[in-house]
Amino acid sequence: MLRGKQTWWFDSRPVIIGTGTVVGPDEGAGPLAADFDLVHAELDLNQKSWEKAERLLLEQASDFAIRNAGIRKEQVQFYVGGDLLNQLISNSFAVRELGLPYLGVFGACSTSMLSLALAAQLVDSGAAQYAMAGTCSHNCTAEKQFRYPTEYGSQKPPTAQYTVTGAGAAVVAASGNGPVVACATIGKIVDLGISDPFNMGAAMAPAAVDTIQTHFADTGRVPGDYDLIVTGDLATVGHRIALDLFARDGVPMQDTVFSDCGLMIYDVERQKVQAGGSGCACSAVVTYGHLLKRLNRGELKRILVVATGALLSPLSYQQGETIPCIAHAVAIERGDA
Amino acid sequence: MQFVWAFLVGGGICVLGQLMFDILKLTPAHTMSTLVVLGAIADALGWYEPLVDFAGAGASVPITSFGNALVHGALTELEQTGPIGVITGMFKVTSAGISAAIIFSFLAALVVRPKG
Repeated sequence: MLRGKQTWWFDSRPVIIGTGTVVGPDEGAGPLAADFDLVHAELDLNQKSWEKAERLLLEQASDFAIRNAGIRKEQVQFYVGGDLLNQLISNSFAVRELGLPYLGVFGACSTSMLSLALAAQLVDSGAAQYAMAGTCSHNCTAEKQFRYPTEYGSQKPPTAQYTVTGAGAAVVAASGNGPVVACATIGKIVDLGISDPFNMGAAMAPAAVDTIQTHFADTGRVPGDYDLIVTGDLATVGHRIALDLFARDGVPMQDTVFSDCGLMIYDVERQKVQAGGSGCACSAVVTYGHLLKRLNRGELKRILVVATGALLSPLSYQQGETIPCIAHAVAIERGDA
Repeated sequence: MQFVWAFLVGGGICVLGQLMFDILKLTPAHTMSTLVVLGAIADALGWYEPLVDFAGAGASVPITSFGNALVHGALTELEQTGPIGVITGMFKVTSAGISAAIIFSFLAALVVRPKG
């Protein structure tokens, strides 16, 4: 049901009954390693190309999600997902193996919450009993797609971010045990004129702030209603800008814990990841792996995940265009909240 | 002393490239091409040869030296054989570098498979 201007309120309280998270070696060396279903020691997963490796990550995450949900693959009625590669090849090739009805979506790194919001909407509207949301990214495919091939050895400035190698999937059901998807705020495109693809955090921060403030206006909630509000991949630079923007607008973010998945997945001081993590998988594996486990353990009661995406293409920034950005927010809470 | 000047001049050229990269936000390809063009202009003005005499490898190793060699070969051949020499002389001095790049790339491609 529409509430306010751009928020979907899920009256039937769809449940995330199972998730799957698979990551690469750098994420496995980070502080959240124990929360993932599978950590690969090899960046290439013993595949012939990085693209094959990325799609295998998603296949494995989907398998874990279905298994952890305790259902059979055939029971999943729709798959909603996307990734960073041209024509969403990681998702379409991975779902080819699954043989599920498929809705490909592109929201860059906001795809995790875009697909979760859509899966929840499908279930809430009665269009599905079980819908799966999934996304993935790989450090080496993203570098090749958006910047330079890794062998080129191009320098990166400290504002650059490190694309997470991993995949996350979640099965949303009409009923069952698990965290509830309470509502979702679909973001507007915000572009304040940043054109440097090595400074995505700064470009995306205003979009995240816009969506979070709209979420509060639409729902009547305040920051204190959430135990944790996390953005997807603003990293060091973007997180600081977001805090400044909230302070300017007088939003009491000190009443909650405000963090960023890109700062949580790596030990930013110790691991050489520049400003922090990014990529579709960043918010997906942190949310589905780490945060939902904390919800299940009762350490958190209600969280707002605001996945941020930079909607640029290599062509657009080579032609000097600025970076349009978006953020989608999904509120997830314990069933008893 | 020769090593010190080679270090300072070679390092200075690299600093120039880094500034183009960081402050002017040029891509690596643009940075490299700009340095080649700067070397070419320096040679046309007669500045690069004295710099190589002064700093040795500090001036002959960086990519600016490639621009210098392009123009130098073209001008030398122009004097010896006339206007057509601009075309035939352009890659005369640089042929060793270009051929080496092609041959060693080929040999490397035989034994390793790029993935990036």
